[in-house]
Amino acid sequence: MKILTEHIDVPNIDTIDVFMKHGGYSAVQKAIKKMTPDEVTEEVKKSGLRGRGGAGFPVGMKWSFLAKPEGVPRYLVCNADESEPGTFKDHYLMWKSPHTLIEGMIVSSFALGANTSYIYVRGELMYVINILEKAIQEAYDKGLLGKNILGSGYDLDLFVQPGGGAYICGEETALLESLEGKRGNPRNKPPFPAVKGLWQCPTVVNNVESIAATSWIVNNGGDAYAAIGVGRSTGTKLISASGHIKKPGVYEIPLGITVEDFIYSDEWCGGIRDGHKLKAVVAGGSSVPILPAELILTTAAGEKRLMTYESLSDGGFATGTMLGSGGFVVMDETACIVHNTLTFAKFYHHESCGQCSPCREGTGWMDKVLHRIEHGQGRKEDIDLLVDVAKKIEGNTICPLGDAASWPVAAAIRHFRDEFEWHIEHPELATKPGAVFMRKGASWTK
Amino acid sequence: MKVTIDNITLEVDPGTTIMQAARMIGPEVAPPAMCYYEPLKGSGGKCRACLVKVTAGSEKDPRPMPKLVPACITAVQDGMIVENTVNEDVLETRKGIVEFLLLNHPLDCPVCDQAGECHLQDFSFEHGVSSTRTVEERNTFEPTDLGPNIQLNMNRCILCYRCVYTADQITDGRVHGVMHRGDHAEISTYIEKAIDNDFSGNVIDVCPVGALTDKTYRFKSRVWFSKPVDAHCECEKCSGKATIWYKGEEVIRVTGRKNMWGEVTDFICNGCRFDKKKTADWVIEGPTNVSRHSVISANKYGANLIKPAFPVLQAARDYKQINDDRDRSFLGIQPALPKSKKK
Repeated sequence: MKILTEHIDVPNIDTIDVFMKHGGYSAVQKAIKKMTPDEVTEEVKKSGLRGRGGAGFPVGMKWSFLAKPEGVPRYLVCNADESEPGTFKDHYLMWKSPHTLIEGMIVSSFALGANTSYIYVRGELMYVINILEKAIQEAYDKGLLGKNILGSGYDLDLFVQPGGGAYICGEETALLESLEGKRGNPRNKPPFPAVKGLWQCPTVVNNVESIAATSWIVNNGGDAYAAIGVGRSTGTKLISASGHIKKPGVYEIPLGITVEDFIYSDEWCGGIRDGHKLKAVVAGGSSVPILPAELILTTAAGEKRLMTYESLSDGGFATGTMLGSGGFVVMDETACIVHNTLTFAKFYHHESCGQCSPCREGTGWMDKVLHRIEHGQGRKEDIDLLVDVAKKIEGNTICPLGDAASWPVAAAIRHFRDEFEWHIEHPELATKPGAVFMRKGASWTK
Repeated sequence: MKVTIDNITLEVDPGTTIMQAARMIGPEVAPPAMCYYEPLKGSGGKCRACLVKVTAGSEKDPRPMPKLVPACITAVQDGMIVENTVNEDVLETRKGIVEFLLLNHPLDCPVCDQAGECHLQDFSFEHGVSSTRTVEERNTFEPTDLGPNIQLNMNRCILCYRCVYTADQITDGRVHGVMHRGDHAEISTYIEKAIDNDFSGNVIDVCPVGALTDKTYRFKSRVWFSKPVDAHCECEKCSGKATIWYKGEEVIRVTGRKNMWGEVTDFICNGCRFDKKKTADWVIEGPTNVSRHSVISANKYGANLIKPAFPVLQAARDYKQINDDRDRSFLGIQPALPKSKKK
């Protein structure tokens, strides 16, 4: 079942004529001519679509929180500042099929009553920005954007804004600050963007994938979307699969397939590369807790784990993880967990905005301690120190970057403590090039 | 609106923050503030020193808030119940915040002009632990010259953003700000431009640490050897209300007048601050009422001994472990405190 990537391999799908030949912009026709904004919102609510940026908050509910005072403009902002290590789905979608996003932007803006909308794209993706600009111009030329769209009286201007190259600008309020031309520091909440967002006006910020899905929902109805998937995880999800698998890439999966299927079936990842065994998986982008092979395939209760929001988080952080943004990083037994954790910690250290003290100082501290452990300078007390620092960052920061920095470190120690200890106790072995810890009796040990 | 903080209930107006309500009760209950500065709009929420536990959100929705919330920017709701000094989680987190703030701080108090009136010293004394867990090298910064009046030592900065808000809100044009990000973020001007503005000196007063100090006062005296006196003068630019600091007969420093929370409400101009260094320039009002737990008050105005505040009591409780009865009896402290509420 493919919704967003159905026509993605059609040649020239990035041009508006080819896109329209394959049913493109029919949702705009239907929404603007035959439906009211409230009806569109209602369909999205019915669909059960959940935010695809990581938090999984229901999109329809987010829309209904939007304050609608008289005489104040409202804005829709598309968060395309995808920078999480391991996640590259939005990049793929915008690059291959920019009109899928633009169609969703028009439909969503109509539903929210926004007359100006923005797509905030990660600055490093300059060529994607050019593709989007070109596609937007085509849509203007066809009368799908601008004044009086399709003769309906509804006006919409759509702008692309390149980011300055900061991961933190993917946090919605930092994104709005950056969009206003300021330093990208997250704001204190409340007030939430739905009340005071861009230029202090009510604003909805949604992920690329969430917005792109709305046009299919308008075309086929919320119930049809809700029919795909399991329970409260409805529809399809783009998964960025990378690491030690045979077929890395972006896959659109119906939510609810098993993790085992996703890793080993030829339709998706195609299994672990030859001669190697699954050791660990980071299931939702670098910020979610890492899980060892035995816990990612089955839950602690022994059930098969599914690719859904609920099943992946089954067991809480003790034995579970999160679907997050769908950055699925697979590691075989040659991967060193300490090295991997250091890489993530380094990233968050580099990307912390420095506004609030736990994250500013804590991320740097964890990076330095992990660096020592990785390079044979670890001390016995460092492991507990890392756990404690992570605990003191988590939940005490302005924005979720603090949590995102602390979870991978805490989880790596939770599930691979013996590997950290091995690094500290045997620095001469651990610092040898290519040396990896082998746990006795583990399924991945050779 | 009714709000309960540390089992003390009071009535406040709608829109009051937890911090403001706690300050109405008194210093024993008020959470520490490193970045929040009431006269500056938009300040607060950054240092996380004032995190408190809300055990009941409001009368209507009595569920506890899932995370600790910053007292300085969280508005009270009717029927809210807040735990500050009686909550173990809060105190434990605060220990962590002290640790984070000191992680890259040079701890050069012996040569720092701010020592004695430094909020970070107070904060770490009241809430920190005496040992360190870090062996890492501290971050350092290249010196930046901010002009003839203001001395910047970036290594001491805790990035509270107070000086940024001050420049935004009371001077006519901000030329300095925060550059870079994370733990290498620093206060600087655009390409080392001097801060030149009639009210620029106020960034010195709002700085909670020794990052921004007065160049005309540099290394002249320790704060506690000088004697603060409230004084005023006729000034066209500002209110003229200041505190002047004597060493012997000499005026060695002029600052804004700080209230009990260490906040200046009447900002003064650079003329008053840097140029009026003679007693004849001022009309003396009388000795400054020096705030609680300050070393400045020692040995100056008679036996104005301050009753130990809660954090001191707590430090004394911790001190019991090494069983030195002499010190406790000296402070007149009861051997055990009422057990704090566990969550």
